[in-house]
Amino acid sequence: MIEQDLLQRVLAAAVRTGADFAEVYAEDKRSTSVALDDGRVEQVTSGRDRGAGIRVIKGDTTGFAHTADLSEAGLRAAAEVAAAAASQGDGGTRTIALTRSPGRVVSPVEQYPDEVRKADKVALLQRMDESARSAGSSIVQVSAGYGDSRKHVLIANTDGVWATDEQVRTLIRITAVADGDTGMQTGSQSAGHTMGFELFNKIDVDALARDAARQALTKLNARPAPSGALPVVIKQGSGGVLFHEACGHGLEADAIVKGASVYQGKRGELVASPLVTLVDDGTMTGEWGAIAFDDEGHASQYNVLIENGVLTDYMWDYLRARNEGRKPSGNGRRQSYQHMPMVRMTNTYVLNGAEDPDDIVRATDYGVYVAKLGGGSVNPASGDFVFGMTEAYLIENGEITEPLREGNLMGNGPQVLNDIDLLGNDFAMGNPGTCGKDGQGVPVGDGQPTLRVKSMTIGGTAA
Amino acid sequence: MSDAVLTKDLLALADRVVARAKPGEQIEAFVSRDLETDVRIYEGEVEHFVSAQSEGIGIRIIRDGCTGFAYAGTLDPSAIADVLAEARDNVAFGTRDEWAGLAEPDGVDVVAQELWNETLASFPTDRKIEFAKELERQTLAMDSRVRVDDSTYSDVAVELAVATNTGIRRSGRENGCYVAVSTLATEGDETQSGFGFSVGRSPDEFDVAKAAREASDRATRLLGATKPPSRRVTVVFDPYVTAMFLGVISSTLNGEAVAKGRSLFKDRMGDQVANPLVTLIDDPTNSLAYTATDLDGEGLAARRNSLIDAGVLKSFVHNSYSARRAATRSTGNAVRGGFKGTPGVGCLALQLQPGSRDQAAMIADIDDGVLVQSVQGLHSGVNPISGDFSVGASGLMITNGAVGAPIREFTIASTLQRMLLDVAEIGNDVDWLPMSAAGVTIAIRDVTLSGA
Repeated sequence: MIEQDLLQRVLAAAVRTGADFAEVYAEDKRSTSVALDDGRVEQVTSGRDRGAGIRVIKGDTTGFAHTADLSEAGLRAAAEVAAAAASQGDGGTRTIALTRSPGRVVSPVEQYPDEVRKADKVALLQRMDESARSAGSSIVQVSAGYGDSRKHVLIANTDGVWATDEQVRTLIRITAVADGDTGMQTGSQSAGHTMGFELFNKIDVDALARDAARQALTKLNARPAPSGALPVVIKQGSGGVLFHEACGHGLEADAIVKGASVYQGKRGELVASPLVTLVDDGTMTGEWGAIAFDDEGHASQYNVLIENGVLTDYMWDYLRARNEGRKPSGNGRRQSYQHMPMVRMTNTYVLNGAEDPDDIVRATDYGVYVAKLGGGSVNPASGDFVFGMTEAYLIENGEITEPLREGNLMGNGPQVLNDIDLLGNDFAMGNPGTCGKDGQGVPVGDGQPTLRVKSMTIGGTAA
Repeated sequence: MSDAVLTKDLLALADRVVARAKPGEQIEAFVSRDLETDVRIYEGEVEHFVSAQSEGIGIRIIRDGCTGFAYAGTLDPSAIADVLAEARDNVAFGTRDEWAGLAEPDGVDVVAQELWNETLASFPTDRKIEFAKELERQTLAMDSRVRVDDSTYSDVAVELAVATNTGIRRSGRENGCYVAVSTLATEGDETQSGFGFSVGRSPDEFDVAKAAREASDRATRLLGATKPPSRRVTVVFDPYVTAMFLGVISSTLNGEAVAKGRSLFKDRMGDQVANPLVTLIDDPTNSLAYTATDLDGEGLAARRNSLIDAGVLKSFVHNSYSARRAATRSTGNAVRGGFKGTPGVGCLALQLQPGSRDQAAMIADIDDGVLVQSVQGLHSGVNPISGDFSVGASGLMITNGAVGAPIREFTIASTLQRMLLDVAEIGNDVDWLPMSAAGVTIAIRDVTLSGA
């Protein structure tokens, strides 16, 4: 994308005013998306995003500028803006020597999606539309979407880091609406991986579509969710987002260094039930949050955050790690070249426990079984979080009984981690997610075995 | 801002693309450029300074009822040629839709708005930084328990042009700025967070003291908060919470969702869907509204639409596609997020008709209730299709007409349908927040509170 000698000249120009550090992040991304709704392919969209972001750090101040012009003039202009933003004065000349990082493949690609006919992408959605509609006459509406992207990235900095990578992601999603005597209900499913079009040799899109329809149909008979504090059993692969929200964000070093996390100063302490081992793993082949390098050019890692309930480490980007005098953990990520990197998760999951998942339900007299959690949010300072339950059932006398209408689950991160009293042996990853932080979205994965939380607040309307 | 290409040149660029339509094609070019400044202060020093310019083009082509679209984040001529070719290629994969089509001039006059501020456009950088530093200083001075997570100054200037071969040809520019501060308050081993902000067409309009006070109050008011017992109560929404609630209601009034059977109001036109106290208007021509604008996303004049009148459902909002499908005219409610997408439908500047009393007077009549000051999980816990409503909340207890102890970690739940009918009172304290709906205090009866 950009030659070595040009990168070196631009970086040298960026630190000429005395900055400590400069970085070029360039990307060239092509994407395709298809939207099907109301039985029609509404449109196929082709997108192209190409440009570079230049970051310059002097002391505690970061300057950042970006440009869509990858010529020497364009890059130099952006470097000057970023340098001026970070510092004033003259620091003399520095020579930058880049060392190319060895190529690294975490998620090999068999079939590049940009080499697949658009008609084949469209046909997938039409098939899913039919499958969902054939699940029952109460299915009145279906929308489905397909998306792929192929992104070349290049990262070079004044520490000599020089890494290039190619990131390919493919995703499909569907939402079905069922209409009945009690009003309308929705069901949705999605699958997304860091891989090419071979995704569709590995997953059954008809099954995904039927499952979305099944959720909507089941909820037509749902009763209002209970309200108040109850035991909650969360199905394998459907509640990893809870750990992402409930403690993941609080373990990001930027929240830690500003004292904005309940986990500040807690390394080495018991912060969760001893059943819990929590990992953030950018190396998990093919998963939605998998990366070969983070967006600061550091190789992705398998990082243990909590081991048998004890907090072992936080997640680090370059800036936070530098100030702490340690190595980054491969968690510096950004949405695009137009954004500055910050500490972000990759694939965050809880390792297997020992229980048979059926036994976990049997051990629960009265509670809620969550088969699918929706989105959520957390306040990292207090640890308070909420999640939507998009598919949930009542547990009565150790058995899953009636479906429940949608509602929010509410809890406090540190409290919930301590309240996990049963952990299954059926680990699974969940649906692809987009994690939003400070206005930037990045792809993330999550997963967990079936588990039980002793008590959480269910925000239903029933007494 | 780079003055190489001015707004009129964006329109000329859009014109050149449109001129390349082939026979039988409808074509639309949307071109935009924005310039952003973002300063973040931490402990009196600049933590980061971002200066960023982006530009791009989106091209939509419709032929024989089939739509294709492509975009690129550059205005480089060769890239534009690629975008046009891709959009044209994509048409072949769309399903024929008898209602597909671009907007056409509808004779509605544009209500001019003052969307561009020269003071801001030439505001010196060092004074922008000073505003963020001043906000941090004032916030820290409010309360010894309060720390500042970060204090920011941001501004953005956008220029855009949209042209079609169906007769639309419009351009405009707009700028605005804000300061915001996020806070942490600690007492014992408990930490709570808060935020405050002030927005303006130019920095002269900032109220830094108010932003600092709100950020301090929001963080400290929940210290020592407890979890309330579960029961049914009357909830009072602070203006900020009401504005968020109206944002959810707006998606049920979306003409495209209605046409596709995805709104709980799809068969309810003319029905009493809300308490007679509720009159809801979408009026982007009101210059008091933060989201006031002159044009919608398809280049039609933005206009005033009455949606719910004394509780009766009067109108949905439409862009030209949903209007054609509903055999009506566009209400000027096409919204588009930028050059990367095609226009959807949405409310532009919602406002509830205010009542006659202030918040304190409303609360004085409530025996057992909750003043809700913030909600969490509006996107995960509210389903605008089924109407199920369940959000996390925090606020203050209301007992015998007076506000009391802070409460948190509880949820409030009902359905959107019932909440609109259960509105007990609307206050007179309209607050023009930087959101697509104005805030005002509202009281809603018979909501389920889940806590301890």
